[in-house]
Amino acid sequence: MEGIDGSGKTTQLGLLAKWLKSAGHPVFMTEWNSSALVKAATKAGKKKNALTPMTFSLLHATDFADRLLYHIVPPLKAGMIVLADRYTYTAFARDAARGVDRRWVRELYSFAVKPDLAVYFRVPIDVSVERLLARRVKLKFYEAGLDMGWSSLPVESFRIFQGKVLDEYDRLVEEFGLSVVNAVGSITDQQRVFRRLVSQHLQIEHDEELVDESA
Amino acid sequence: MSPLEGSYFSYGIPYLPMESYPGKLIAVEGTDGVGRSTQIALLREWLEVQGYGVVETGWTRSELMQPTIDLAKSSNTLNKLTFVLLYATDFADRLEKVIIPALKAGFIVLSDRYIYTAIARAGVRGVDRGWIRNLYGFAIVPHLNFYLRIDEKTLIRRVLQSRGMDYWESGMDMKLGDDIYESFRAYQRVLLKEYSSMADEFGFRVLDAKRKVEVIQDELRRQIAAFLAESTAGHPAFSRTGEVG
Repeated sequence: MEGIDGSGKTTQLGLLAKWLKSAGHPVFMTEWNSSALVKAATKAGKKKNALTPMTFSLLHATDFADRLLYHIVPPLKAGMIVLADRYTYTAFARDAARGVDRRWVRELYSFAVKPDLAVYFRVPIDVSVERLLARRVKLKFYEAGLDMGWSSLPVESFRIFQGKVLDEYDRLVEEFGLSVVNAVGSITDQQRVFRRLVSQHLQIEHDEELVDESA
Repeated sequence: MSPLEGSYFSYGIPYLPMESYPGKLIAVEGTDGVGRSTQIALLREWLEVQGYGVVETGWTRSELMQPTIDLAKSSNTLNKLTFVLLYATDFADRLEKVIIPALKAGFIVLSDRYIYTAIARAGVRGVDRGWIRNLYGFAIVPHLNFYLRIDEKTLIRRVLQSRGMDYWESGMDMKLGDDIYESFRAYQRVLLKEYSSMADEFGFRVLDAKRKVEVIQDELRRQIAAFLAESTAGHPAFSRTGEVG
């Protein structure tokens, strides 16, 4: 699952997991940058604003390698459906937006497992900002790209940085054949499209009754 | 075509373009117990007496990563990929915050170990050799690479006489055997072989580290002096007036 902050992908992923579980599929969730190993360093670096685009990139790759070993490969071997809230494409998009070499970061992640399905929730920057502000979410330092010094105003910086990230995602859609879901529509509409994509790719029963077609 | 000294090995860091900076990067490589730090301390003294500004950098000394690497080493949860990536993060931090600024300012950077340590350790652990070289493509090619070479037997005696064998330096993570002595020996043997195979690829200046400290130091000084005389002739940053950096 890919998409910028405020694309609604976490909501969508939660609904998808519910559906898969209710249909009896074993599901395993893993989240970007969540391994205990690098949390300490990321936190320390964030606090001191000490991370450069390169160390930011490498720390996330370390986190990914750790999760791949413990949280991605074992559940796959056990026949589970692994739902990843962000995957390598997040690194490709964000690191390139920060000025890291695109070829380098792609080769860096060449040890990753290629996903069976990669879904990108595409949303215009205005919609994303609107959603985040409505929820009174405090924009985070690195998510808003404040480390880049493009603007000292969080919202303005977020727009500039995430705008660049969106451009990178557009490249990735073509390069890696990501399936795009229009993330502006209603939650139910998006979920319907999402479930259809998943059922096509995983060749599992798509129980139409779970989604009200008339909604 | 091999990359030029003082430039990036490969893709590099696009937001930090390397120009012909006045500083010089000298790497002193070698396994544990070959006397790298002794040699570096003597080199520093010698260079500073001549008026060169010197900056030292080591392996895993970055402020950002030291606590995490220490934690990971002690908790024994590292696998080979995370191990490699943590060290690369540490190196990137030192490269951007110490090495590049020092080269810009005209210092001589003495690096106690360099990326070759990481490349050799990863190589013996079965990490893809092409991948690890690409990973370190953002590193800067040193102007001089010294490799202090030692044989297995001498190395074992030196390490035992100084601080003893530790878990990681003995490659205990590689499960070569439960006996730390046997593991150390087997690990250092493959490591020495890996280094030797890298000598041509990276243009190591190989020095026999079995000799006396003074003899090795003289050899290092002779080679560094020759290099500096040639490369800094007429360079204002290296006029020997003490006003370096």
